[in-house]
Amino acid sequence: MFDFKHAPILLDIGHLSVDYVSRDQPPAHAVVDVSFVLREGEILGLVGESGCGKTTLMLSLMRLLPAAGRIVDGQVNFVGRDLLSLSEAEMTDVRWKDIAIIFQGAMNALNPVRTIGDQIAEVIVRHNLAGNKNVLDQRVSELLELVGIGANRKNQYPHQYSGGMRQRAMIAMALACAPQVVIADEPTTALDVMIQAQILELLMKLRQKLGLAVILVTHDLGVVAEICDSVLVMYGGVTAEYADVNTIYNHPQHPYTQQLLGAFPDLSRPRDELIAIPGYPPRLDALPPGCRFAPRCSAAFGRCHYQQPALHRVDGFHVASCHLVESR
Amino acid sequence: MTGASILEVRHLRKLFPVKGAGIWRAADKSVHAVDDVSFELGRGEVLALVGESGCGKSTLALTLMGLETATEGTVLFDGQDITHLQGQAMKEMRRHIQMVFQDPYESLNPLITVGELVAEPLVVHRLAQSREERASRVRQALEDAGLKPAETFVNRFPHELSGGQRQRVVIAGALVLEPIILLADEPVSMLDVSIRAEILNLLAELRARRGISILFITHDLGTAAHFADRVAVMYLGRIVEMGPMRQVLANPAHPYARALLSVIPVPNPRQRRERIILEGDPPNPIDLPPGCRFHPRCPIAQPVCLEQDPALNEVSPGHQAACLLL
Repeated sequence: MFDFKHAPILLDIGHLSVDYVSRDQPPAHAVVDVSFVLREGEILGLVGESGCGKTTLMLSLMRLLPAAGRIVDGQVNFVGRDLLSLSEAEMTDVRWKDIAIIFQGAMNALNPVRTIGDQIAEVIVRHNLAGNKNVLDQRVSELLELVGIGANRKNQYPHQYSGGMRQRAMIAMALACAPQVVIADEPTTALDVMIQAQILELLMKLRQKLGLAVILVTHDLGVVAEICDSVLVMYGGVTAEYADVNTIYNHPQHPYTQQLLGAFPDLSRPRDELIAIPGYPPRLDALPPGCRFAPRCSAAFGRCHYQQPALHRVDGFHVASCHLVESR
Repeated sequence: MTGASILEVRHLRKLFPVKGAGIWRAADKSVHAVDDVSFELGRGEVLALVGESGCGKSTLALTLMGLETATEGTVLFDGQDITHLQGQAMKEMRRHIQMVFQDPYESLNPLITVGELVAEPLVVHRLAQSREERASRVRQALEDAGLKPAETFVNRFPHELSGGQRQRVVIAGALVLEPIILLADEPVSMLDVSIRAEILNLLAELRARRGISILFITHDLGTAAHFADRVAVMYLGRIVEMGPMRQVLANPAHPYARALLSVIPVPNPRQRRERIILEGDPPNPIDLPPGCRFHPRCPIAQPVCLEQDPALNEVSPGHQAACLLL
């Protein structure tokens, strides 16, 4: 198996914090002190429930935050370059050429009146990588073949594609400028399990063939277990736990990770009862004073309710933000 | 199966005619949404109906509710033919069969309070004699759906509730009529993972406490595996395998069921298995392939599969599959 731990580092995110500001309210801390690294060929699973900050985190490292979003602290390094200090023009060049992002539901944002091939070609032309028309044509065919779509379907329109094919076309588009990192935000959420399996298989093939590193944003713990090398679990804007995939599933230290796994249906153990996590994820404008998970945590004790836990190292790069880990 | 069947579906077929282009072309083709489906739902049983989008599982549910008219076949509820009921008789029947839809964000009127939403079915069916009786039944339904204490919820609006709470309101709206059957169409697919388990546990509890029969429609076998007694796997309008859940999980017989099971992600990286990935998409339900409808994607298809359309055959007691090669 591919050992990502010794591959060169592509992305190095350190202590990143993002606020959403508004005129009449205190800032909402959407992401607080999140750190992780992404290595060549690594597939990192970014897991969390809606509102936990995972999409905000991805938007901030692409510098695509909405107007109210502010990166208040931290660094984003991409192979030695500090992305946060680049000019907007330089950053435009990084997007697509170095890091590409497939937004959630992007396959439904394809322009219905233009052909798929035309829309992929546009990305290449915009980044001045086109050369002449024949080269461009050749490249579009190549990209489509790479994601398992026959080049003969290049002149078809989005409505002639199935959902799975549209998602493949989005992946082809993300690969158009040969990036080293692809961020995929819930790329299989709206798809059937068989189509999902096809897309996951494709991502693994691309990793192998192109050395592509992928950040897979998802709430599906099954998908993460199937294809990811490492996992970052977020809760209420903070890192709950970060480790390699085996550790997360077999030796989770944070109660949230443990309870999330207990609540997730596992076909290989249908006899086990699902244990729901009581309550609901916190709203960003009403965060609890202590640990953000404390109100729902079955292991919470006095300190958890007033003091925020720091990120404690378990071993290697395995970290968890829980008072219980510190006292162990 | 537990007890005699409360719902029996025999050779149900629902075709949607497709209009030909131009005025001279007659509508001679049809979408075979549900194509000769037969099954029984036992009293207090949970049957999972599993399949990919477009396999006809939702059309089947709508046809059972009388929201679509069956083209052929019969639906028996407690021994009574309800296939073509109309007017008052249909309304009466619907009291006993209630539906829970997928999207709790869309299915609740944002301008009406939770109390009124749950009371509405009682008004429609003229079931509560007095204001007090109505209020007490609404309170009971809310608490049965896990919204406790009910008083704190009756005056709230849907936007003040979380996704899980909204789905509980939808379930309370179904429970208030004290139905015998619940048709739950993807009731958890819009919810966050940590919330899904509690809705699934709630449905399991309703079955245990009230003996409600549940037809649980989903594309995600994983969520159904934990509490369904039996499972029916649908492909292109037809049930291709049906049997006790544990048995189908352990020994899937039909090649489609085997492939479907193999690609459901298991949350354990040590169990990365060989996946049987079927290429492409299911064929168009207008021009069905000849013979076995699964043969174009079947990894083990033989020449005979192009000629014969397989029926469901018993592979072990209570476990059937529609494959010529078994």
